[in-house]
Amino acid sequence: MIDKTVADLGAAVAGIDDGATVMIGGFGRAGQPVELIDALIAHGARDLTVVNNNAGNGDTGLAALLAAGQVRKMICSFPRQSDSWVFDGLYRAGEVELELVPQGNLAERIRAAGAGIGGFFTPTGFGTQLAEGKETRRIDGRDYVLEYPIHADIALVSARRADRWGNLVYRETARNFGPIMAAAAATTIVQVDEIVPLGALDPEAIVTPGLYVDRVVAVGERAWLRDGEFVGGVDIEGRRLTSEGDTP
Amino acid sequence: MTTRISRRDLAARVASDIPEGSVVNLGIGAPTLVADYLPAGLEIVLHTENGMLGMGPAPAPGLVDPDLINAGKQPVTALPGAAYFHHADSFAMMRGGHLDVCVLGAFQVSAAGDLANWSTGEPGAIPAVGGAMDLAIGAKDVYVMTDLLTKSGDPKLVAACTYPLTGVGCVSRVYTDHGVFDVTPDGFRVRELFGDNTHAEIASLLGLRLEA
Repeated sequence: MIDKTVADLGAAVAGIDDGATVMIGGFGRAGQPVELIDALIAHGARDLTVVNNNAGNGDTGLAALLAAGQVRKMICSFPRQSDSWVFDGLYRAGEVELELVPQGNLAERIRAAGAGIGGFFTPTGFGTQLAEGKETRRIDGRDYVLEYPIHADIALVSARRADRWGNLVYRETARNFGPIMAAAAATTIVQVDEIVPLGALDPEAIVTPGLYVDRVVAVGERAWLRDGEFVGGVDIEGRRLTSEGDTP
Repeated sequence: MTTRISRRDLAARVASDIPEGSVVNLGIGAPTLVADYLPAGLEIVLHTENGMLGMGPAPAPGLVDPDLINAGKQPVTALPGAAYFHHADSFAMMRGGHLDVCVLGAFQVSAAGDLANWSTGEPGAIPAVGGAMDLAIGAKDVYVMTDLLTKSGDPKLVAACTYPLTGVGCVSRVYTDHGVFDVTPDGFRVRELFGDNTHAEIASLLGLRLEA
């Protein structure tokens, strides 16, 4: 019997080594596996290279991992945001390295790792600072830059539902980097709102087939959902609205 | 004094050039305003880089869905016909030439269509590029929406960009508060000037030769 489910968050992140490259899903807060990140903070692995589109928002999730001093290097496209004060401070203090990658190249480098591609020529970034020193080639009259895959030891991903084989479905734009990171990492660890019986997910609708997934842990339904239905009543950070009339 | 139109009027002007059936990506900032002026009743499909086609307007406050956001990480809605996809697919749509129009802001656009919009090169600034370089080469038509001059009066349409480039030879048209300019093999060509603005005045403001 194949059973990738684990009992709790501690078991989900067990064995993540110091110095690991860790892909963390999410675009801003959407799809960010906050519960797994909190478990990684408790686990304590240090000297991590983290791959994410951003570099943390506010003081939770990836920002908290950075604040805990566990990250040596960020590989991302857009670290500077209105609420990225944790990264900003560490970067200015020289306490975290930054590799800046155009977002589509970041996504394709992750995809390439999962797909066994050794490198690819992309038009994105040609003629810019971010392509300086990189091999270029003109193909059929268009200029391209050679980019290499980004492999990872670990991927931490958030999805809506899983079965015990690790098949995943996502929700809306929280999908973002999840499917490609799941494929690119040696060990893929997924948090889901709920684990459903094998066979309960529509095979036509499965986005990430279970072969990409190693561990699955259920963390409960998001605050804006009830019994699988959207009920709202939260702000963009998922905090329940308290003012009269805004509560559902 | 030259005639300048407001940011919102400019957004409406850009919107009026987008035909029904177009698949469009609106960049963060001023270009987002274009969505407010797409004619109701026309089916124009908005793409957001974080994985959706068929993006709709912001929800009512009580109906904010943290799983459903745009590239600026603001809450949005999904229209009937919307589709979700992962990030590599989303950027393949751009790079693969599947989007019709992309509207971006700019620090500078050169007469050769080079775009600078991601960094001022200021020492000590934390660099951030996001999807800018992908969007710059990511549609059949790349439109820039910007003021003609910076706040300090420097032209943003230039012979050659001095800020770090986002993309080379990628811009097809520039919508400014003074007028609209096409990028041609011979440089900027005036498409439309607002109010009483004359070709000579604008060419003089820019210090550039403008094709008629």
